Amino acid sequence: MVSTTSQGRQTPAAPPASEPLAIELRGISKAFGPVQANKDINISVHKGSIHGIIGENGAGKSTLMSILYGFYKADSGTILINGKEVHITDSQAAISAGIGMVFQHFKLIENFTVLENVVLGAEDGRLLRPSLAKARKLLKKLSDEYELSVDPDALIEDLSVGHQQRVEILKALYRQADILILDEPTGVLTPAEADHLFRILQGLKEQGKTIILITHKLREIMDVTDSVSVMRRGEMTDTVKTAETSPEELAELMVGRKVLLEVNKAPATPGAPVLEVENLTVVDSHGVTRVKGIDLHVRAGEILGIAGVAGNGQTELLEVLGGYQNGTGTIRLKGEELDLTGSASDGQSRRARGIAHVPEDRHDEGLILEFSAWENIIFGYHHDPEYQKNALIMDNAKIKKIAREKMERFDTRPLNEKLEAKSFSGGNQQKIVLAREIERNPDLLLIGQPTRGVDIGAIEFIHEQIVALRDQGKAILLVSVELDEILSLSDRIAVMFDGNIMGERLPSETDERELGMLMAGINTGADAAQTGGA
Amino acid sequence: MQAMPKWADAVLIPLISILLAFFFSGLMIWAIGKDPVVAIQTMIQGAFGSTNGIGYTLYYTTNFIFTGLAIAVAYHARLFNIGGEGQVMLGGLGVALVCLAIDWPHWALALPAAMIGGAVFGAAWAFIPAYLQAKRGSHIVITTMMFNFIASAFVGYILLNYLKVPGSMSTESAGFSAGAHLPTFHEMLAPFGINFSKNAPANISFLIALLAAFGFWVLIWKTRLGYEIRSFGASETAAKYAGINPVRITIIAMMISGALCGLMAINNVMGEAERLIDNAPEGAGFIGIAVALMGRNHPIGIVLAALLFGFLYQGGAELTFWEAIPRELIVVIQGLVIMFTGALDNMVRAPLEKLFLALRKTKEA
Repeated sequence: MVSTTSQGRQTPAAPPASEPLAIELRGISKAFGPVQANKDINISVHKGSIHGIIGENGAGKSTLMSILYGFYKADSGTILINGKEVHITDSQAAISAGIGMVFQHFKLIENFTVLENVVLGAEDGRLLRPSLAKARKLLKKLSDEYELSVDPDALIEDLSVGHQQRVEILKALYRQADILILDEPTGVLTPAEADHLFRILQGLKEQGKTIILITHKLREIMDVTDSVSVMRRGEMTDTVKTAETSPEELAELMVGRKVLLEVNKAPATPGAPVLEVENLTVVDSHGVTRVKGIDLHVRAGEILGIAGVAGNGQTELLEVLGGYQNGTGTIRLKGEELDLTGSASDGQSRRARGIAHVPEDRHDEGLILEFSAWENIIFGYHHDPEYQKNALIMDNAKIKKIAREKMERFDTRPLNEKLEAKSFSGGNQQKIVLAREIERNPDLLLIGQPTRGVDIGAIEFIHEQIVALRDQGKAILLVSVELDEILSLSDRIAVMFDGNIMGERLPSETDERELGMLMAGINTGADAAQTGGA
Repeated sequence: MQAMPKWADAVLIPLISILLAFFFSGLMIWAIGKDPVVAIQTMIQGAFGSTNGIGYTLYYTTNFIFTGLAIAVAYHARLFNIGGEGQVMLGGLGVALVCLAIDWPHWALALPAAMIGGAVFGAAWAFIPAYLQAKRGSHIVITTMMFNFIASAFVGYILLNYLKVPGSMSTESAGFSAGAHLPTFHEMLAPFGINFSKNAPANISFLIALLAAFGFWVLIWKTRLGYEIRSFGASETAAKYAGINPVRITIIAMMISGALCGLMAINNVMGEAERLIDNAPEGAGFIGIAVALMGRNHPIGIVLAALLFGFLYQGGAELTFWEAIPRELIVVIQGLVIMFTGALDNMVRAPLEKLFLALRKTKEA
């Protein structure tokens, strides 16, 4: 841990002569109404190190970082930056204390250029030109130093996600940040882009920057951090040196019990094709072709995993199959054709045909957050005769009873069907959706991002349920941006890129590297010729 | 976990808000040189001090229950129906046409027929903006608002050219026949030995309004249609995922809303005026927005809020009459009530939540 004052940044006070700490949090507590989001948190981060913060959803990671960045005010506790107590009242104060933040959802203006975004809010005077010139010079320097190359005159909307993230990092560096906080930075990146990001972070670290990496991916923590703090239910359970720990230990610290990281499943015994898709094309409401004439099939008793970076047509594929997006081509379910447009193509008719759908976006599609759990458990199936008292009135008492039973079978906690969906954690919300869809005993289950925003403990459970459904001989179409998940769950893997299927692989015969290439649109395999030009 | 008990949310917050509104209203009255205490006494006396006052208060309340429920139905589908006023006007036309069509033998026959007439006309008037919203994306706030003006002009035209009694100076239809006369509170309560004021306009429509409130509750929280309306209102994307047809729900919710507005005409046109006059709704369609807002789109809240506005209307009229406080100030008071109960909800809520949390903590400690 070498303090690098050669960086040229004028820190207000010299750090104490002993171990230099970039950030020290002492006894930070924060409550939102009755919820204690942070409880007496203590963290020390050494200068020039990469410190990971890992924890399940709702463990309080984001709250803690929001306090550090001045979005929230802590109820108690002190923050020390470079050994000196600071009061971070807003993001401007955080910036002047040398803290830069790269959010999970980028805060960029789409139709501004890279330069304009970098300068925005940090202009030197009333005229823009001098600031832009200065930023251009700095950008050139940074891109040479740290592989942070971006075209300064490109519009944000024309950049890939990975490049947009670089702009966010550049923004922080332009504001002379010494401490960089990254919130779930790899969620939207291809494996290659993620590797590139980690190289950038290593470079920054070597230059004496301090980096805090918030993530739920154990592998990233193991790969790039020097030390790691684990949070659980608003408390800091432990801080350990990364070299002295293992993924299993971290998972146990996060969840509070032993966790199975691998999926246990027997080899698939696929039967007849359940879903057959031929030459499916989807044009969205903006006139953009999202799915470009793809073919695929899923057989009974197998899981077909669709890998790909978000936004390459997987969402639209699920929407067409789910009945709420129009498409052209042919889709057959157990040999019978489905309507792809018109009044016979909606969620109701798809459900009637035995297609269940766990949508990618739990909050906007899968659930109505203001509804109670019991109301959500019939969502989409509310016309089912089982739930009616008579022609007019629904049997709410019976629905509540059924909801409770389903929630119990899916280990939903708290087991309270009257609670609003938004009061459940991400994992338990997903269990509510799964309970609704899987318990219908569908022929085909469409499942998008089954474990996005879901805690490790629940991931294990959800994966088990998916495999169990497969073992009952059901067909499952899995869409996920998490390669780990695709590799461990799927019996076959198809990779989507730019609306095409780039190739199909068997999990046993491929690896992350090859899939990563396919996700980036590069096919070097034997099937390159037939899919490359599709 | 809830920050506050339910009763505090449902009762305490509106109560504090109303008290705040009255406090500031008092300041206004004081500022124009009148005595606020005398003013409030006059209002309460005027609205509840006699059966005549109560009769007027409940008459206004009936109007506001109908329009409040109407706005709330649309709001559950996240549609802002600003066109209540126009839908009430058309409802009035429908009721008048039914009442004038034949010489009704008895009100018990005339009332259901008039209800259908009012509801159908109101619903039809709401259908057009609903269709434009659902199919063409024309914003319903804009279209319903414009439809108020069209309704006013249209009903005025029909009145002047077709319904006006030839030779009469006033723009109003002929009076309805005796068989279309609705029982007033005076007539309804006489058998029980209660001598209710003969002049008060409150009539049997009040009971219909309460029935409508109950029907609203059943519809929204007990039926599939209500479930779909609420789902669509909470999240359109989720509704699409579930296979709920947005076009259908938009049109149905708006037509129910328009029908409830149209139903109001049995009170003001059939029950009170007993003929169709120009501009019969007198702003009830707009008050309905405030009533729905204050009543939190729940029938019990709507009935109570309607009563409050009925009180403000009747008490306010008395205030103008006895205290020479200008009519405009009554509008200011109504505005303050709307502002405090609707728009400034969080001003009362946030500190109250803190208070309850602190109380709970001290209890636990």
